[in-house]
Amino acid sequence: MRLTKSIGAIGEWLDARVQLAATIRETVEHPVPRETASWFYVFGSAAFVVFLLQIVTGILLALIYVPSAGEAWNSLQILNHQIALGWFIRGLHGWGSNFMIAIVLIHMVQVFLFGAYKYPRELTWIVGVFLLLVTLGMAFSGQVLRFDQDAYWGLGIGASIASRVPLMGHFIVNLMLGGPIIAGATLSRFFALHVFVIPGLLIAFVGVHILMVLKLGINEWPMPGRVVRKATYIKEYHELTKKDGVPFFPSAIWKDLIFSAFILLSIAVCAAYFGPFGPSGPPDPTIIQTAPRPDFFFLWLYAVLSFLPPSMETPALLIGPVVGILGLLLLPFVFGEGEKSWKRRPIAVLTILLVAVALGTFTRLAVHTPWSPIMDAWSGDPIPAEFLHGRSALERQGALVFQVKQCHNCHSLGEQGGKRGPALDAVAVRLTQDQLIRQVIQGGGNMPAYGKNLSPAETTALVAFLETLHPAGQSPARDASRAVALGAVAGVEPATNQ
Amino acid sequence: MSLTGGVTRRDLFLKVGIFLNGIVGVILAVPIVRYLLSPVSRERKPGYESWIALGGLEQFPSGETRLATYRNPVADPSDGETADIACWVRNVNGQTFQVFAINCAHLGCPVRWFPQSNLFMCPCHGGAYYQDGSRASGPPERGLFEYEYRIEGGKLLIRAGEMPTPGQASNLVREIRTCV
Repeated sequence: MRLTKSIGAIGEWLDARVQLAATIRETVEHPVPRETASWFYVFGSAAFVVFLLQIVTGILLALIYVPSAGEAWNSLQILNHQIALGWFIRGLHGWGSNFMIAIVLIHMVQVFLFGAYKYPRELTWIVGVFLLLVTLGMAFSGQVLRFDQDAYWGLGIGASIASRVPLMGHFIVNLMLGGPIIAGATLSRFFALHVFVIPGLLIAFVGVHILMVLKLGINEWPMPGRVVRKATYIKEYHELTKKDGVPFFPSAIWKDLIFSAFILLSIAVCAAYFGPFGPSGPPDPTIIQTAPRPDFFFLWLYAVLSFLPPSMETPALLIGPVVGILGLLLLPFVFGEGEKSWKRRPIAVLTILLVAVALGTFTRLAVHTPWSPIMDAWSGDPIPAEFLHGRSALERQGALVFQVKQCHNCHSLGEQGGKRGPALDAVAVRLTQDQLIRQVIQGGGNMPAYGKNLSPAETTALVAFLETLHPAGQSPARDASRAVALGAVAGVEPATNQ
Repeated sequence: MSLTGGVTRRDLFLKVGIFLNGIVGVILAVPIVRYLLSPVSRERKPGYESWIALGGLEQFPSGETRLATYRNPVADPSDGETADIACWVRNVNGQTFQVFAINCAHLGCPVRWFPQSNLFMCPCHGGAYYQDGSRASGPPERGLFEYEYRIEGGKLLIRAGEMPTPGQASNLVREIRTCV
């Protein structure tokens, strides 16, 4: 009893000086529309809480991490293996990053589908778009600080993309890398970006974002038919909060608190169970036996870069992001009024579905990388026995050529081998002997020409083997005109003999 | 206390104060921008692009393609192993050489040489090149980047110092014409 009294006295003494209690009380108890005290409205606060976790774990990692190209990888090993629970803090930071991007994206989808970007919350949305961009910037720069092979070659990919900017490309690459090559200066500047510059921007944007949510009020639950009009909206919103409002604290905040705790716990469980991300091999560019791959949320981009035709790549890389970001920024101005409910906005719902399916598909493809040759299939994946059974000596010699010349790296047989080119299990049904010879020697359709690498005997053997690749009971493709020509010759021959 | 023209002493000092800060801002901005742009301007210093020995010719047998490594001519103590750069050396016929950058001409991943199929293959997006560096298949728009080389005192030297990128292959790396 005496303790509570003295705490109260200290509180009063403090508030007589800082004079913030009334403002804080007014802020947290501001009325919000009753229906917004919903589980759909918890993602923004959860993203903020994960950001706080990232700040704390980031500072903890900075106690040990050495931002030097020569030392960074070793300091990560020390964090993983020598510092008590260093691996757990790295796990929290890495999983926190993934959760943060995921929650920011979910928050964005929710805000979009609930029409929250419409008048008068246009600027809140625009700052939110900047928050998405700086969050992705944190993810990319963070991936660089995990200074391993993936980080090194990922920087090479970033530099290669940046170099395609017309006129300025070379300049931007040098500025990005801090020199002519990926080296110490590169890591130092990404450290400065990740630890000072981008977090500074993030804190500033988060401040403005939350301030506007407080000043303009949280978006009301969208009802079909309740249309936003600039002339009447603010009055209607105030009537709604007055008539059917509840104080944010404690009526709405408990859901935010429970969800945030659940997210933090999930991050901790992931960190403890799956552990930290990497580092993979040391960032030594002379170790070239590596298949660099970006972190999860950039995988879709990795897949897109494989599928774009060469002629479209530079325009798509340079114009695509500008169009995308401009589209997001202009959205609240083009569609600032009208229906908010997703039930009356089929195109909005379809857009979200389309984007989600596209990103999901590309991400899944990037996990399997069907466009990459499997570098050791020629020596590691034998040809399944059923493709060799009952074959002639020449055909088996062809199978050997198939392995030795590394056809298997790009072409699969019986589900084994690369997926870069088409599977060859039934290639003889698709291509005649002449077509097979032409394809092997001249290549084409994304296949290198092997004319210079195969002797005539090797080509003959290889094609003989490929001609056996057809399902039992289905005859191989053949050139009808050739049969006629051969038949004609056969028909003529007896005549000449007579 | 009002002066002629309606400018008060306080207004004048305010303007002088803002003006002074503007001047000081510009004076500080010039060296700051110069400092920030140092990675770009440093390029013109000598030693940035140099002739570097890859080793004796005996390391590169005729008709074969071998991996070689060198230390980048401009390196800081903090660079560690990142300043060690790899490249592919092809001894065409004992007299002529080709030295290819390790970086794929698509997006800079390290290409690998496969002597069995005489192809360079990239692990990232599936680019492939023939033994002479020309594009064979996949997303690259051009052939591999090639370094200038010369032979001096039984050693193979290349002119290097900058990571080649597709937009700017850098002035020391010749573009190879794609042979069709």
